Amino acid sequence: MLIDFFYTLKDAGIPVSIKEFLQLLEALEKNLVNCSFDDFYYLARLILVKDEANFDKFDQAFGSYFKGIDAAFDKAEIPLDWLMQRAMRELTDEQKAAIEKFGYHKLMDRLKQLLEEQKERHEGGSKWIGTGGTSPFGNSGYHPEGIRIGGESRHRSAVKVWEQRSYRDYDASREIGTRNIKVALRRLRRFARDGAAEELALDETIRSTANNAGYLDIRMRPERRNNVKVLMLMDVGGSMDDHVHRVEELFSAAKTEFKNLSFYYFHNCVYDQLWRSNQRRQTERFATWDVLHTYAPDTKLIFVGDATMSPYEILQPGGAIDHHNREAGAEWLQRFTKTFPNYLWLNPEPEHLWEYRQSIAIIRRQMNNRMVPMTLEGLERGMRLLSK
Amino acid sequence: MATDDLKLAVNAALALQRPLLIKGEPGTGKTMLAEQVAAALGMPLLQWHIKSTTKAQQGLYEYDAVSRLRDSQLGDERVKHIENYIVKGVLWQAFTAEQRVVLLIDEIDKADIEFPNDLLRELDRMEFHVYETREMVKAKHRPLVIITSNNEKELPDAFLRRCFFHYIKFPDRDTMAQIVDVHFPHLKKELLAQALQVFYETREISGLKKKPSTSELLDWLKLLLAEDIPPEALRSKDDRLIVPPLHGALLKNEQDIHLFERLVFMSRTSR
Repeated sequence: MLIDFFYTLKDAGIPVSIKEFLQLLEALEKNLVNCSFDDFYYLARLILVKDEANFDKFDQAFGSYFKGIDAAFDKAEIPLDWLMQRAMRELTDEQKAAIEKFGYHKLMDRLKQLLEEQKERHEGGSKWIGTGGTSPFGNSGYHPEGIRIGGESRHRSAVKVWEQRSYRDYDASREIGTRNIKVALRRLRRFARDGAAEELALDETIRSTANNAGYLDIRMRPERRNNVKVLMLMDVGGSMDDHVHRVEELFSAAKTEFKNLSFYYFHNCVYDQLWRSNQRRQTERFATWDVLHTYAPDTKLIFVGDATMSPYEILQPGGAIDHHNREAGAEWLQRFTKTFPNYLWLNPEPEHLWEYRQSIAIIRRQMNNRMVPMTLEGLERGMRLLSK
Repeated sequence: MATDDLKLAVNAALALQRPLLIKGEPGTGKTMLAEQVAAALGMPLLQWHIKSTTKAQQGLYEYDAVSRLRDSQLGDERVKHIENYIVKGVLWQAFTAEQRVVLLIDEIDKADIEFPNDLLRELDRMEFHVYETREMVKAKHRPLVIITSNNEKELPDAFLRRCFFHYIKFPDRDTMAQIVDVHFPHLKKELLAQALQVFYETREISGLKKKPSTSELLDWLKLLLAEDIPPEALRSKDDRLIVPPLHGALLKNEQDIHLFERLVFMSRTSR
């Protein structure tokens, strides 16, 4: 019973264990739900899924497993005005971003196209409107934040809860906010006690006092600190302007999370000079050699950049766009990765675009594939790489 | 304001005697939930608020060695029995209570990363061993355990497997109207409608660092009521978004306020 369902969930990448599955069966045995399909959905989700990031995957797997059964249960029709309303919502919500990127008419065309597609599916009798409603702007990398797919609540009866896919925003591959970044960065924490002994070690004191036949013997120890050292090099200007917001978030999260954080800016690729303030970029520069020598080799090095430039800027001496560099950017990259063996390149460009950009491929090779996208999932992957 | 899935979650946790883990955006009433459940079921509520320094042991019991040391020097009679210096923690109280209780472990993610792991056995078997007195404390009635988390730290898998998980979604407009109705029964209908609209429009602005949540809305409504602001003041005459009065209660970050003001200004000049 329901064993296929269990494996469907497992295949969908949801971490379900046998214990949880048995619990679900136990709950069913106790008749906690009264044969309502919605209740069963909630119960299964309550017991099997422990992270809201997996709710969307669960909705999809649940939908695909129970598609046939559900069709037998009811043949709810999806009202056309729901689609219209939905379209209007998408338009207003995405207006700002979309008008900038697509132009108004193109946007309208896409919406019409989407509507037609959905009508066809609707007439075809399939209930998959929910998934058909992936945002028309999905493939252009826009996050459909704030769209409530399900429409107003009076339409609830028409659309099954799991088909609304209302937890899509919580999926782990979404873009990230500061709070989430902080959690991801915490993977790098490495607690250690070093420095001056200025904290009373209570247990130790009690033990040694007891050993000392009751005469007080005070023991001190150094405070526990996060002693991970991070050096961040960030690309500014040019193509990075599109990603300013996210880089800013990353930066503010990193600043509160790491006490030992140093940062420098570069433009497109690292060369012989870096700077720390973009206003004083022309006057106040730091020689890259000094930076290489200043930090301890166990410092974690994080590059943040879209690695999008002309290949000459990496491979050719004199290829930099704003000054004449005597040595190629690739050489500098090599020096960095040799000096700091724990390195990582965070790329705000979406991962599926990487293969189309020559310069990203070059940088990736320079980084020995240690490049991750700037999503929550990518950041976690990166932190795991760094903490090895 | 319990939704159907939440009711189901509480019932399942009661019937199968599993802890219920509740997550959700800050200000969606996670802590309130435990109080409401306790009141509805007529069970006493025991609360354990977790801080970054809280240790799992503190929930079970603490051995007050310092008092015992002092008493021994004063020649107090009690010093001969170690039980006199064992301070019962919240879990102990919950386990030995005469009736079933609701035990709230609030903001478990605030504690050290290892904290949930230290409670695995205690929450699973509902028993623990007191080392000092060589005594086994077993639950007379398994308490209904409600755990809340703000997702600041990830919880270990082994812990999650033992819990049921419920995520409180941000309430939609209808539910929100009901929530407000509970808190401010005398609120004028138009004011509420306008306020809710402004509130949801504010939430939909992308790029806000901290979106206003339920508790901020309630604060703001309280202020609006106290200042006796008419509903018309929340809208300009041609029904456009304006910077609402007392918006400081909704937006608590100066960059957010700037962004909001800029958007409002832009929408005015563009039309």
